[in-house]
Amino acid sequence: MQLANSHRHLVADQRTRADSSELRLGTEQRHEAKDGEAKHAFHQGHNLHAVIAARLALCVLTSLGAQRPSPRVLVWGGDAEGGAPFVEADPADPSQVRGFDVEVAARIARGLGGRTARFVQVQWSNIDQSVERGDFTLGLSGVEDTPTRRARHAVTLPYFEFREVLAVRPEDAGRIHGLADLRGRRVATLGATIAYDLLVAARDTTGLIPISYDDDVHPYGDLVAGRVDAVLLDHIIAQRALRRRGGSGFVILAQPVALGHYVGVLARANSALRDSVDAVLRQAMRDGTLEQIFRRWDVWDPSQGALFDRVVRSTATAAPLGSAAGSHALAYLPSLARAAGVTLLVSILSMALAVLVGLALASGRVYGPVWLRVLTTVYVEVIRGTPLLLQLFVIYYGLAGVIRLPAFLAAVLALGLNYGAYEAEIYRGALEAVPRIQLEAARTLGFSEWQILRLVRGPQALRFALAPMTNDFVALLKDSALVSVITVVELTKQTAIYATNVGSWVVPGALCALVYLAMSLPLARLARRLEQHWRPA
Amino acid sequence: MIDRLSVRYDSRDVLRGLSLEVARGEIVALMGPSGVGKSTALRAVAALQAFDDGQIVVDGFALAPGPVPPESRLVPLRRRVGLVFQAHALFEHLTALDNVTLALRHVLGRSRDEAEAVATELLASLDVGSRASAWPGQLSGGEAQRVAIARALAPDPHLLLMDEPTAALDPARRSALGATLRRLCEQGRGLLVATHDAEFARANADRVVSLTA
Repeated sequence: MQLANSHRHLVADQRTRADSSELRLGTEQRHEAKDGEAKHAFHQGHNLHAVIAARLALCVLTSLGAQRPSPRVLVWGGDAEGGAPFVEADPADPSQVRGFDVEVAARIARGLGGRTARFVQVQWSNIDQSVERGDFTLGLSGVEDTPTRRARHAVTLPYFEFREVLAVRPEDAGRIHGLADLRGRRVATLGATIAYDLLVAARDTTGLIPISYDDDVHPYGDLVAGRVDAVLLDHIIAQRALRRRGGSGFVILAQPVALGHYVGVLARANSALRDSVDAVLRQAMRDGTLEQIFRRWDVWDPSQGALFDRVVRSTATAAPLGSAAGSHALAYLPSLARAAGVTLLVSILSMALAVLVGLALASGRVYGPVWLRVLTTVYVEVIRGTPLLLQLFVIYYGLAGVIRLPAFLAAVLALGLNYGAYEAEIYRGALEAVPRIQLEAARTLGFSEWQILRLVRGPQALRFALAPMTNDFVALLKDSALVSVITVVELTKQTAIYATNVGSWVVPGALCALVYLAMSLPLARLARRLEQHWRPA
Repeated sequence: MIDRLSVRYDSRDVLRGLSLEVARGEIVALMGPSGVGKSTALRAVAALQAFDDGQIVVDGFALAPGPVPPESRLVPLRRRVGLVFQAHALFEHLTALDNVTLALRHVLGRSRDEAEAVATELLASLDVGSRASAWPGQLSGGEAQRVAIARALAPDPHLLLMDEPTAALDPARRSALGATLRRLCEQGRGLLVATHDAEFARANADRVVSLTA
């Protein structure tokens, strides 16, 4: 299990892995170097021209291969954002990847009649869909063995056994020994994983609060910061996070919550090739090459040996964790309804904030002194000129050192402050659309500036602004999907989790679209009616 | 009273040394071709426009050259002077009746019932009583003008300024307007009417002041 790391962690891995120089090689080079002397020539730079020529040839081969994979190449997909030790961009040559999954892929490719492995980047949560689409032949990137995956795709033998482990702050280590001790506590994990399913199940039995993240780095940061009380993830990820923090900040509980296995995934129609891959994996377990790979990446432990023994001896494999696909569909409906509620609540609160911010900004721009006009203009242009996603990250993670906002509040703040800039422009335009001569008429009648705004200018501007405001609210309803990046599980995020678990986007996607439409269509209709009613003369 | 009023705009003289006086019960027509500064003079008297030289005094309240003072200092002037714009400038979001009651209620502090009684009477006296509940967009040019007059009259000003009141009227409406103006001035108001309509000015004004370019 792995997903998006931020790139700063590549630096840390470069440091911890700098001693194992041969691991800096890309997949293809490593394959060539495995048994021959090319490795030394490569490293000592004796044959620079040959290397450049080989790289160029590789590029050409790669681009040709993208159109029509050659039978001598095994195209495999993984997520390099997941980072070491699974798959990461090679710090020495970011155009190449390295990691134990990279080496497993190379070993499988070699076993399939001496093929070369070629890597394709794919978002971790999309590996299943991409392999069925034919973007690559084999998905291999900490892919978990689940009943749904087995039902929908051709899944290889398990090649690695991981433990779902809990990480807690050191002061809680004496009190928390398992999920049962986490009633009412916030427990973080990566969305759309076995760990997430375990937490959702535990929510109903023990009353803990699952918090879903889009990456496996921030859960540990938020654990140390006190935003969550525990993290449930694969032991490899937990250990990596602990190493990066210099071994402090949190502790990993010894007793695992569950065991799981990493597998390769192929398209359903590719079951014959899957059987060949299984044969190669069995051979690699027997001849020790798989063990060597895991030892090189420091993830070998006795439980892998036991797994290898079981796999090599028996044709059957252990039953995967998790429940079957059929039961998921219904189980996720209440979550979808809850998530739709979150979407609506985030949108309404954000819009209320946006209206207040917009009114303040527009007043500043229309009525304020020069310095205030400049200030509000700068705010509006900066907010409109930068991505909402960036603003979300800055408010949630960037400000964490100064003020630690809860995710929901950060989401409402970011959306409200962002949309406030757009509202400000609507209100400014609407205020300026009220004819100046009416304002002068009001002055000659003896109204104060405030009365003119309240009785003459404001009411007319509101009519001009209502239709564009309604349109903005519809846009905000959809933009609220972005807040899932700061752990708020709203409709789109819940749908993605649902889709990953049932292994298809068809039903979840249609359901999600229906819910969005049910919320936005009446609003769009309202906007049209307002526009017809109060069109400026 | 306007005494040696001068307005410059981008160092161009829009008005130079205009002096005139309007007594209560008197209609004074301010004549001249377009662009000669008639509207500018009215706007200066209504304190919507700064002027550079001279003095304006309305019932003892004096405006000095320089920028327009803040509204808080103009309260006595606002009670004394009403202005009817050429384009009427009715508040589009209010009915004819509410256009008239707005200042009565929110500036003079009358109750809604009182304000509506005054407004209804004013509209009826100007022959638009039946249009009280109409929106500005539903009124003809002549009706809108009479509603605008009613709105300007609501605070009972001593001096009523009118900018090109005949611009959008047919001949029958013009003579009716003349009669209305006479009635208003007989109530003890002074009227200063900017117009380029010489015939209307001769027929209705007690005095004509001509501006030349």
